Amino acid sequence: MLDADLVNRTLAAAMRTGADFAEIFAEDRRSSSAILDDGRVEEVVSGRDRGAGIRVVAGDTTGFAHTADLSESGLAAAAGAAAAAARRGGGGTRTVAVSALQTPARLEVRIPPENVPKDRKVALLTAADAAARSAGGAITQVSARYGDGRRRILVADSDGLFTGDDQVRTLFSVSCVATGDTGMQTGRESAGRTVGFELFDLYDVEEMARRAAQRALTKLTARPAPSGEMPVVVGPGGGGVLFHEACGHGLEADLVAKSASVFAGRIGERVAAPMVTLIDDGTMAGEWGHYGIDDEGKPAARNVLISGGVLTDYMWDRLRARKKGRASSGNGRRQSYQHLPMVRMTNTYIDNGDADPGDIVADTSHGVYVAQLGGGQVNTATGDFVFGMTEAYLIENGRITAPIREGNLIGNGPEVLTRIDALGNDFAMGSPGTCGKDGQGVPVGDGTPTLRVTSLTVGGTAA
Amino acid sequence: MSPSLLDIAERVVGWAGDGIDVEAFVARDHETEIRAYQGEVESLTVASSVGIGVRIVRDGRQGFAYAAALDDDTLRETFDEALDNSRFGSVDEFAGVAEPDGVEPASLDLYRSELVDFPTEDKVALALELERATLAADPRVTGVESADYADTTYEAAVATSRGVAASARETGCYLAAYSLASDADETQTGFGFSVGRHPGELSAETAGGDAADRATRLLGAAKAPTRRLTVVLDPYVTARFLGIVGATLSGDAVLKGRSLFADRMDEAVGAPSLTLVDDATDPDAFTASAVDAEGLATRRVPLICDGVLQAFLYDTYTARRAGVSSTGSAVRGGFKGTPGVGAHALRLTPGARSQAEIVAGIDDGLLVQGVTGLHSGVNAVSGDFSVGAEGLRIRDGETAEPIREVTIASTIQRLLMDVTEVGSDLEWLPMSAAGVTLAIADVTMSGT
Repeated sequence: MLDADLVNRTLAAAMRTGADFAEIFAEDRRSSSAILDDGRVEEVVSGRDRGAGIRVVAGDTTGFAHTADLSESGLAAAAGAAAAAARRGGGGTRTVAVSALQTPARLEVRIPPENVPKDRKVALLTAADAAARSAGGAITQVSARYGDGRRRILVADSDGLFTGDDQVRTLFSVSCVATGDTGMQTGRESAGRTVGFELFDLYDVEEMARRAAQRALTKLTARPAPSGEMPVVVGPGGGGVLFHEACGHGLEADLVAKSASVFAGRIGERVAAPMVTLIDDGTMAGEWGHYGIDDEGKPAARNVLISGGVLTDYMWDRLRARKKGRASSGNGRRQSYQHLPMVRMTNTYIDNGDADPGDIVADTSHGVYVAQLGGGQVNTATGDFVFGMTEAYLIENGRITAPIREGNLIGNGPEVLTRIDALGNDFAMGSPGTCGKDGQGVPVGDGTPTLRVTSLTVGGTAA
Repeated sequence: MSPSLLDIAERVVGWAGDGIDVEAFVARDHETEIRAYQGEVESLTVASSVGIGVRIVRDGRQGFAYAAALDDDTLRETFDEALDNSRFGSVDEFAGVAEPDGVEPASLDLYRSELVDFPTEDKVALALELERATLAADPRVTGVESADYADTTYEAAVATSRGVAASARETGCYLAAYSLASDADETQTGFGFSVGRHPGELSAETAGGDAADRATRLLGAAKAPTRRLTVVLDPYVTARFLGIVGATLSGDAVLKGRSLFADRMDEAVGAPSLTLVDDATDPDAFTASAVDAEGLATRRVPLICDGVLQAFLYDTYTARRAGVSSTGSAVRGGFKGTPGVGAHALRLTPGARSQAEIVAGIDDGLLVQGVTGLHSGVNAVSGDFSVGAEGLRIRDGETAEPIREVTIASTIQRLLMDVTEVGSDLEWLPMSAAGVTLAIADVTMSGT
């Protein structure tokens, strides 16, 4: 995208007012998507986004400007604006010398989506539509979405870093509406990986469509969800969202530094049941939150956050790590070149335990079994978090029984972590997610085996 | 002088050949964002962006492409890509771009040169003042998670091969603070904001004071036992709830069998005290706009009158398909998206009494100050509604102890029918709905 000379001149312009640090983040993103709804391929979309964000740090102040103009003059203007925004103290110049571009080894994309004809992408949608509708006459509506994106990034900074990455992601989702005497219900299924069109070697879109349809059909007979505190068993994969909200965000160093996390100052303390080991791992090849380097040029890493129930570390970006005199953990991410990086999760998961998942349910006399989750939200300062159940059942006398209607569950992160009393041996990654923080969305993955929380509040209406 | 956005949109539309319908949407914005922290500027972002979205309908098939640049090569490439994409859409006899419908756009002046001329140093001073005001509002405020000033100057134009040519520009800015209040081992958070079309309309005292109040009044909050009670939604919570109600009234949801209210026209879907209008022509609305995302005039759309369903929202496509006229309700998430149907500026007709007067009439209730998980526990198709809530318990007509870590649950249908009163305290918020106090009976609070 940019050659070393241009990078050096732009960084020098950004440092002109005497900054401590300057960085160029350039991005070229191409994406395509196709949407089917109501039996029709409604639209096929292509898009291109290209530009650079320039960050200048002087003391505690960060100046940032971005531009879609990657010419020398466009970059110089953005560098000047960022430098002016960060200006502090006396000027002085500093020469910047990045050398040859260093890019990390990365997973090879077997089938680049841009080489796949559009009609093959569209054919996936129509196949999913037909499969969902064949699940029964009660399926009254189907929508499906295909999307792929290729994101090439380049990061160069005044410390001499000059690196890049090429990230390809492919996503497919299908949603169904079932209609019955009790009204309408919905079912959704999605698959996404940091791979090319070979995603569909792993996932059969017709099978996904049938599962989404079945989910909607099952809920037609769902009872109102119960209310109050009770044991909750979360199926394999789904529990990742619980940890993402219950403690993941609270372990982000930017929130910790502002005392906006209940986990601030608790390194070395027991924060979870002894069976809990929590890992954030951007190196998990092919997973939705995978990358070669983060958006500050730091290689993705595997970071153990909680080990045997003890808090071992937070997640770090460059700015927070620099203030602490330590290295970034490779968690500096941004939605696009138009955004400043901040601390973000990648693929966050709990390792396998040794319990048989069937035994976990059998050992639960009454409660709720959550088979699929639908996102969540946390207040990191109080630790209170919610997560939604989009497929859930009652547990009665150790057996999974009636389906229940959708709703949120609510808990407090530090309390819930200590109330985990069973971990299964059936680890699975959950659905691809988009994590939102401070207005920026980034792709994240999560995973868990089947797990049980001894007490969580289920937000239904039934007694 | 460089060409106007409308010139650019019309030039792209001019490339349409016979039998091809084109819509070009061009947008440009300039933003400043400043975050203060501990008396310093933590970050200052200045940025401009431009882009175009081109939608093409040929033989009833739709294609779309966008790009974040407006140079000649990019415009041409985007047009060609949209044309190519149209080959893969399904034939839909109702697909098409907007054509002029004779409705004159409201005369709205949403652009303030005061904002454009406001020096960056003064914006920085506002952000710093916001942090100071938040900390000064109450000694229990021990920190400020974020104190932000942000503004945008936005211009957009849309043209179609059927003769639509519209453009608009506006300015907007806000102050937003998130405070941390502490007492012993406990921390609570609260937000406050102030919005305006130019910085002179902003109040750091209001934003900081609200952020401090919301956090401090939750100190000591605990879970409460599960029970059914009356909830009183704070204006901000009501506005978020109205956003969900608006989605169920979209013509798209109605036509595609995803609306709870599809078969309920002219029936009572809410309490008699409920009158809900979508009106982007109200200049006080934060999301006011004279034209919609397809370039048609926005208009006042009475959706629910005295509890009776009166209308759905339509854009050009859904109106054609339903055999009605567009209500000027096309919305789009910037140049990267195709237009869809949505509410612009929802407002409930306010009632006669203040929040305090409403609370005074409730024996057993919960004043809901904040909700979480609207995206994860509310299903606008099935109507299931369950959200995390925090606020103050209402006992015998007075606000009592603070409550946290509970959910409130019902269904969207029931919530509308169970409304007992709308407050008099209507206020426009930085979202596509106005806030107002709303009392709803018979909601399940789930806790211990």
